[in-house]
Amino acid sequence: MSSPALCGAALPSGLPNAPPPAVDVRGFNRRFGDVVVLSDLNLRIEQGEFVALLGRSGSGKTTLLRTLAGLDPAEGQSVSTPSARAVVFQEPRLLPWTRVWKNVTLGLEGGDARGRAEAALGEVGLEHRAKVWPSTLSGGEAQRVALARALVREPRLLLLDEPFAALDALTRIRMHELVLSLWRRHAPAVLIVTHDVDEAITLADRVLVLDGGRIAAEERIELARPREVAAGFQAIRRRLLRALGVDPRAEQEPRPEAAQPLVSFPVRELQT
Amino acid sequence: MFFSKSLELLVTLVDTIRFPGTYSGVRWSSLGRRWISPLLLLALWELGARTGVIPSRVLAAPSSVAATFWGMAASGELAGNLGVSFLRVAAGLAIGVGVGTALALTAGLSRIGEDAIDPPVQMLRTLPVLALSPLFIVWFGIDETPKVALIALAVTFPIYLNLFSGIRSVDPKLIEAARSFGVGGFDLIRQVILPGALPSFLLGLRFALAVAVLVLVVAEQINAQAGLGYLINNARDFLRTDIIVVCLVIYALLGLGADALVRAVERRALAWRPTFLKA
Repeated sequence: MSSPALCGAALPSGLPNAPPPAVDVRGFNRRFGDVVVLSDLNLRIEQGEFVALLGRSGSGKTTLLRTLAGLDPAEGQSVSTPSARAVVFQEPRLLPWTRVWKNVTLGLEGGDARGRAEAALGEVGLEHRAKVWPSTLSGGEAQRVALARALVREPRLLLLDEPFAALDALTRIRMHELVLSLWRRHAPAVLIVTHDVDEAITLADRVLVLDGGRIAAEERIELARPREVAAGFQAIRRRLLRALGVDPRAEQEPRPEAAQPLVSFPVRELQT
Repeated sequence: MFFSKSLELLVTLVDTIRFPGTYSGVRWSSLGRRWISPLLLLALWELGARTGVIPSRVLAAPSSVAATFWGMAASGELAGNLGVSFLRVAAGLAIGVGVGTALALTAGLSRIGEDAIDPPVQMLRTLPVLALSPLFIVWFGIDETPKVALIALAVTFPIYLNLFSGIRSVDPKLIEAARSFGVGGFDLIRQVILPGALPSFLLGLRFALAVAVLVLVVAEQINAQAGLGYLINNARDFLRTDIIVVCLVIYALLGLGADALVRAVERRALAWRPTFLKA
């Protein structure tokens, strides 16, 4: 994995002086035995861009995220990511035997780890929980600690692997707001893997659909934030669902816009 | 009045050691009720001994056991022999826990270590340790060495088995999360794997302490010149059932104390566990 900073000098002089992308994956292949999970996949995420990755279960979303996180080997293929990257998993994955603040400092290098951890906990609104054991946290609080643990190392790439899937709907809405405000303040590139189409549209600059081992569809979301379920939302939603192999109109017709739940059931069914 | 109060206190103490949390909100009266039948049995035993129904060479009266206890305690005979037995257990435990931990770490943290260590240990653990005492006498003679060696060997297995399985059952998701934050090698072992395996280790330690006291009883029958086993053997030759009962009580207290010790360690070391947080 090479540093994206190296690309700048090698650019041909004719090109505009664009910053190198945070993530640059070209022609990536990944297989488990005979099963091809990712084939000839290309992915480019700009610095500070918020990208959501949708896909059916088994489509390889998590495989792609793990590759970008360095948890799976890139095997000499063309995968370029910043070295400062951090993952928030679906479960908080806090070490139960260390206090909350100590969890945030896990693997953290440099001085005043405690001070930095407490500042990061303050950003997610949990400075008062710094000294408790993780098992006393609620699901939402634990996931906020996981966010603080990722942010404290000032990542240039933040990878979120279905981070809110296990939370209740209300907590999820609050987490969306929190993630957006943290993203605005720290401006890392973000890749969120999700199966929730509405979540993807609410959060991301760009939504990608992974299918057949490659990016099968792409939507740029130009709606102003904060986004709510509105007219423009629905058209994008329908297109994305169709790319995922679900035609919402074929199933339930007609459906008044206002009655649409924030959590989309057809996509949920795909998961199970 | 004072006597019954202090007895009740003792009962709660023993019960909270045996069933922690069970009696926290229960009134004294129901605590006392549980002690009626044991006290009655004790009284019957005393009565039987006094009236000659139970001859003292069969079983000494509780009062004479208590008197013998005070006498042995006052003369220093008890403390000296208890000290000898305690040192045997301590030495055997130290060696056994050390060896078991070293083996479990080697086998748990590397595949080569597992292949080399796990098969022979699994085969050896099927041997009843006590059946090895004749062999140990041939190898180590009849002084302290075979006694300590028997305890050490018996202790090694519960420590090895529990710690090894504890290391192997640390949540792989936690290991992966730590890896994603750049924690690897020795730091990963220190911060994730060992703390994750600690509950299993402490469970193994509790088994080890129980088995150590058990093996001590048998090992001390091997030509002992001092120790609780020596006291019992001597008392047997002179039909002193009072001394035998005193020693049995001491053995029981040793086991109880060992268990309480591990519980205390657990309360400190596993304070993060939800079960301890609620208590």
